[in-house]
Amino acid sequence: MAGLNKIVESHQEAMKGLEDGMTVIAGGFGLCGIPENLIQEIKNLGVKDLTVVSNNCGVDGFGLGVLLEDMQIKKMIASYVGENALFEKQLLNGELEVELTPQGTLAEKMRAGGAGIPAFFTATGYGTPVGEGKEVREFDGRNYIMEESITGDFAIVKGWKADKYGNVVYRHTAQNFNPMAATAGKITVVEVEEIVEVGELSPEEIQTPGIYVDRVVLGQFEKRIEQRTTQ
Amino acid sequence: MALSREQIAQRIAREINDGDYVNLGIGIPTLVANYVPDDIEVMLQSENGLLGMGPFPEADKIDADMINAGKQTVTAVKGASIFSSAESFAMIRGGHVDITVLGAFEVDQNGNIASWMIPGKLVKGMGGAMDLVAGADNIIVTMTHASKGGDSKLLEKCSLPLTGSGCIKRVVTDLAYMEIEDGAFILKERAPGVSVEEIVEKTAGKLIVPDEVPEMVF
Repeated sequence: MAGLNKIVESHQEAMKGLEDGMTVIAGGFGLCGIPENLIQEIKNLGVKDLTVVSNNCGVDGFGLGVLLEDMQIKKMIASYVGENALFEKQLLNGELEVELTPQGTLAEKMRAGGAGIPAFFTATGYGTPVGEGKEVREFDGRNYIMEESITGDFAIVKGWKADKYGNVVYRHTAQNFNPMAATAGKITVVEVEEIVEVGELSPEEIQTPGIYVDRVVLGQFEKRIEQRTTQ
Repeated sequence: MALSREQIAQRIAREINDGDYVNLGIGIPTLVANYVPDDIEVMLQSENGLLGMGPFPEADKIDADMINAGKQTVTAVKGASIFSSAESFAMIRGGHVDITVLGAFEVDQNGNIASWMIPGKLVKGMGGAMDLVAGADNIIVTMTHASKGGDSKLLEKCSLPLTGSGCIKRVVTDLAYMEIEDGAFILKERAPGVSVEEIVEKTAGKLIVPDEVPEMVF
């Protein structure tokens, strides 16, 4: 009986069920707090035609950038994709579709998706190319556009520590999009640096309650730094 | 003389008040942090989920899990908090950030801003800029007054795709400090040694010049 035990022993098991054409929501900001090994497992699986939802698309050869190498991504939904030459090439060739989405709208789309809210109104993007073709409503004299929420077939999340019930805590700014991503997957997989005993995390420090989480897997992380700045 | 990048930052820093929460964009806006007076208390917000951003770390304290919105390694000050991207943009979109400073390609006399997309060139994305400019009416835009070729960036109507509409009220360029009100730029201050005539010549949008336009003092 597995009960509430979410722990799986391998990354293969963690990504079991991922198929061509699915939507994958990924946590992370730049290369910070990305589920490095789950991304690598998607590459190993060779699944194609994915829609990937993430703030960025990694860099050449690391993070989500590795999924471009075998053209596994059909459509990317992101707020900023400027760090990736291969991305640029595939975009210009028409091999890759991109839906640029304001960062706060993207976070809210995931949050709303996970919370069962199909759409919301925001002032962000009104009067800009982002608002074109979207429903506009006026509230208190200000114009807002309707944005639809996002859910994924899979959500891949990078946590710091988790227990077997799938309760997760994040470390520093590696939190970023991960808590929202965790809520928005039909299957949510969390990869962590450490698996702790149930009860070791105090209830009030838990940032993603286990109810959102389907699978937990232990990983080893390179944690590459994009901009190494010192005093 | 046109203002240097540092002087622009220094001038913008004077708009920051004791107790403010401030979001600084990439480039000149980042430099503003260097000129916040020591005798006031402010907290810097970084939209990847950090309130209370500190300086860059010492080399041996660098931490891949501790970055700012420019993806640079940073530190957190005492009293800082860290949260999710949704929480971060709730602060921004909910109007809780007191001052936002960001760069732009163009601003027009109706407070429209274009800062993220040049048609024909590769579009990298808007990041958090559209959320920041839609967040509230507390934005300061900084840019050069005219392009290298001499074309004004202060226009009657933005020519590039917008980042936000009707949301900009203050602009600091290398030549002047202006406010935007009722469909016009109002010249408030000029850079030391820069004539009103030069500013008029380099402003394509409607510019109101008061009788007195004081020079900035550094």
